[in-house]
Amino acid sequence: MQLSTIPPRSYVISKSPSAAKQMTSSTLDRLLFLHGGGVMEVCGSSSVTLREFGCEQSLLSRPDGSASFIQGDTSVLAGVYGPAEVKVSKEIYDRATLEVLIQPKVGLPSVRERSQEQCVRETCEASLLLSLHPRSSLTLILQVLHDDGSLLSCFLNAACMALMDAGLPMSCLFCGVTCAIDTDGQIITDPTAAQEKESRALMTFAIDSTERRVLMSSTKGSFSVHELQQCIAVSQKASEKIFQFYRDSVRRRYSKTL
Amino acid sequence: MAAGFKTAEPLEYHRSFLKENCRPDGRELSEFRTTTLNIGSISTADGSALVKVGNTTIICGIKAELANPTVEAPGKGYIVPNVDLPPLCSSRFRPGPPGEQAQAASQFIADVIESSEVIQTEDLCIDRGKLCWVLYCDMMCLDYDGNVLDACIVALLAALKNTQLPEITINKETCSPELNLEKRHGLHIHKHPVATSFCIFDDSILIVDPTSEEESLATAELTVVTDEEDRLCSLHKPGGSSLTGEKLQECINRATVRQREIHKLIDKVIYSVKTAQ
Repeated sequence: MQLSTIPPRSYVISKSPSAAKQMTSSTLDRLLFLHGGGVMEVCGSSSVTLREFGCEQSLLSRPDGSASFIQGDTSVLAGVYGPAEVKVSKEIYDRATLEVLIQPKVGLPSVRERSQEQCVRETCEASLLLSLHPRSSLTLILQVLHDDGSLLSCFLNAACMALMDAGLPMSCLFCGVTCAIDTDGQIITDPTAAQEKESRALMTFAIDSTERRVLMSSTKGSFSVHELQQCIAVSQKASEKIFQFYRDSVRRRYSKTL
Repeated sequence: MAAGFKTAEPLEYHRSFLKENCRPDGRELSEFRTTTLNIGSISTADGSALVKVGNTTIICGIKAELANPTVEAPGKGYIVPNVDLPPLCSSRFRPGPPGEQAQAASQFIADVIESSEVIQTEDLCIDRGKLCWVLYCDMMCLDYDGNVLDACIVALLAALKNTQLPEITINKETCSPELNLEKRHGLHIHKHPVATSFCIFDDSILIVDPTSEEESLATAELTVVTDEEDRLCSLHKPGGSSLTGEKLQECINRATVRQREIHKLIDKVIYSVKTAQ
């Protein structure tokens, strides 16, 4: 695992939950917990493997909520500002205006980032209770720290963790899962950049936490209806792991403060 | 009275129609607006098409230019799609640089071209590593009444089928390309991707081909792109309310029917253009 992007001091990597417990209890209000995703787990007919993933919340002081999310070598930093005053031109009379900005690692945001921004924004809009903050603005900034595949799902996970950290009212949580179908027709969850390049089709889904339904879908490459259904089923299975991780990490965090 | 109701409570107004399984413009929930197609409307472009889906009007022009292939892909040409939503087409767009919707639409079209392999970029190569065609596909919205993505894909596909590239020979002595504008040949279209857009009302009711009013009131949007082999080229749902598997299957079934209709329409128009000549 490459750890060059964030100071190594803040990292806790654990394969066993007990080790994570010890380590997280030593970090004060910060939270970091890596899920041992490297272990193969067989659920039903298909196996769902995710790379090691981890998260750190409230690591920035200025934003109202912040989180960094790491999936393998892919790493995204998210910050949320708001509810704050809104520009008159963007004001919506019955709900808050959500703005999502994606900053690539190098250069300026391009058309691809715009389209990803749209996907993240509409997913957040669906889960946030925006009508509780009419005529106000919410800004979500996503900074790419390192891209090694499954970037859109990492954006979604980082966004959800940051929104949770900001304490914004939400109707449900959401997570992102990327699936790649390789040339043999095998489904790979959470692919690396190299696996993405070799794949025949690539799909990213956002899954909600209440009914495990598909909130967002973005695909590349051509695939059959059957393959799509398989990928959705695999993503729903993988989402269980991520939601369990959300739950564990929030529980760990608040068990110390309460 | 009805006009006042529509202005004051647009959502309630639409709901009262949807309750009766119809829509304010008299359509059923899974009914498209009339699609009109005109091919070869711009004489100065290498290929062009004008599409009307109800009031939504998209004109697509394709301009072929010669370029050097990139170092990474020396045996490939490239296609540059661009969607323009000018202030002319709706009051929701302001002059200036393209907004989020236009940029997201351009990206969507680029992804569909790549995913469906409607044209293989290898076909655009003239001289490996030295010369290739670049196709600039400009889609301009003249009237915005919802569902621009579907109209854009139809316009693009029809314009690509209409494109005639001049024959090119490379002069051995001067090493410069020579165009033969008299002799032209069409592009090889491998697949026929067709997009079908849906809106979800109140998290449950699915409607096809939304107007701009329905788009603004809906809780989610969804676009399915299928080709003639019933393979999905894209399932684009940027967010909004969630969807069950059965509803998704319903959307895909509707999309395959639509693909057949549009494929037939394009073939018919091309045939009528040929016979007129």
